Amino acid sequence: MTLRSRSHWTRVVSRGLFSLCIGAAVPAVARAAGYVSIAAGEFASVLAGDTEVKPSSVPAFAMRTSPVTNREFLEFVKRNQGWARGRVSRVLADTQYLNHWRTPRELGDAALADQPVINVSWFAAQAFCEAEGAGGRLPSWLEWERVAAADTTHTDARPNPAWRAEILRWYSTATSVTLANTGGTANVYGIQDMHGLIWEWVDDFNALLVAADSRSQGDPDKLQFCGAGAISLKDRDNYAVLMRIALLSSLKAVDTTRNLGFRCVIPVSKGPK
Amino acid sequence: MKSTLHVSIGGASRVLTFVISLLIACVAPQVAIAAPAKSVAATTTSSDSIYSLEVPLTDQSGRAFTLDAMRGKPALITMFYSGCQFVCPRIVEALRKTETSLPANIRNRVPILMVSFDVKNDTPEVLRAMALERHLDDSIWTLARSDERNTRKLAALLNIQYRELSGGDFNHTSVLILLDADGRIVGRTSVIGKADPAFVKLVAKQMAATSP
Repeated sequence: MTLRSRSHWTRVVSRGLFSLCIGAAVPAVARAAGYVSIAAGEFASVLAGDTEVKPSSVPAFAMRTSPVTNREFLEFVKRNQGWARGRVSRVLADTQYLNHWRTPRELGDAALADQPVINVSWFAAQAFCEAEGAGGRLPSWLEWERVAAADTTHTDARPNPAWRAEILRWYSTATSVTLANTGGTANVYGIQDMHGLIWEWVDDFNALLVAADSRSQGDPDKLQFCGAGAISLKDRDNYAVLMRIALLSSLKAVDTTRNLGFRCVIPVSKGPK
Repeated sequence: MKSTLHVSIGGASRVLTFVISLLIACVAPQVAIAAPAKSVAATTTSSDSIYSLEVPLTDQSGRAFTLDAMRGKPALITMFYSGCQFVCPRIVEALRKTETSLPANIRNRVPILMVSFDVKNDTPEVLRAMALERHLDDSIWTLARSDERNTRKLAALLNIQYRELSGGDFNHTSVLILLDADGRIVGRTSVIGKADPAFVKLVAKQMAATSP
């Protein structure tokens, strides 16, 4: 019931941002209306598959330059009443969903328009992204991690200890600090706020660490309850990324937290420009 | 580093739980947990019903349906993939033994829905072949598939984790889930390969509560 107005969302959005965003598949960075294209490329994820030693190839996609804000999410809720606080199904969002807003359709003082939206479930975030246009969705972990590896001048700043330390500093900040607005310094792709503002949902949050291993080895009864074989983390010193994985893999899709928001990706146009 | 994580208390404790479970590596087998059950029949989809989400599926005979087609009777639901040589046959076995462990009047009457993780390989033909090979009576067994996006959503709804590995296998949570007639999750068990007595009791109770 909640999700049956998809064609409506598609219509609403297709007249908006989306028509402007794609079309520029060309090189690494092409800017337009809130999304930038990230060209296909190889990336060595910290989350190596158990047998993968080679970098993963990541197809091209276009990512929002900043996380979705309260203002943007409010517009979405107004167009899609089923996602209003109090109307959303309990299997799609928990009881804290959007509870920092004054009313289901009004932000109030505790939710500034340009702050990133938080207290949103995975289902709600996914629904917002689907409404961004055909093929809209949350980024995969691999897409998110690849963009998050960049600093202002390098696409892969991960070996830089100073950069790592800077990110870790944020993790140790108390949660009582008021969230900043979106719009921090852009990285080399032109994407902002990958670190230092909020945690972000990814499309495959429930694929990061799988607690039960279903492969055919070992004692079956033990096997089912052992997770040791399911993960292999390549870069154990990259605590900042490991903490993201730990958090995301501990979440259920209905969960909301005061620091968890999202951004979206859309497909990059493949046709001739 | 100061230990205040940038998450809510609940989130932080879950992270901690995760870290602990990594350290321990193995946790005690989970047995059936009864979720709070209300057995009031509703005409519209109740707020805690998984039928709130429209999930398009195709079964082993190529018939298209949506998840809420299961509405009206309690049902057992799980996720699997046909290429799984080891754990998935044990899931089938657990379902079969759950059915046969029920009291005679409801034995082999609880609908079963198994949804594949493998959207690339598990076509209706492959699912049909598996049903034939394992002698799964299609009056109660539905083997189904969806597209990639909706498979991920269904897993999220059922709190099932899965990850495709490079060789075409999947790591996944193995769990049997009991839905009441309105699509509320009222029980789950991680016991596979055999029937979990506590889970069988829950199934029997649900069937009794909704008997015609």
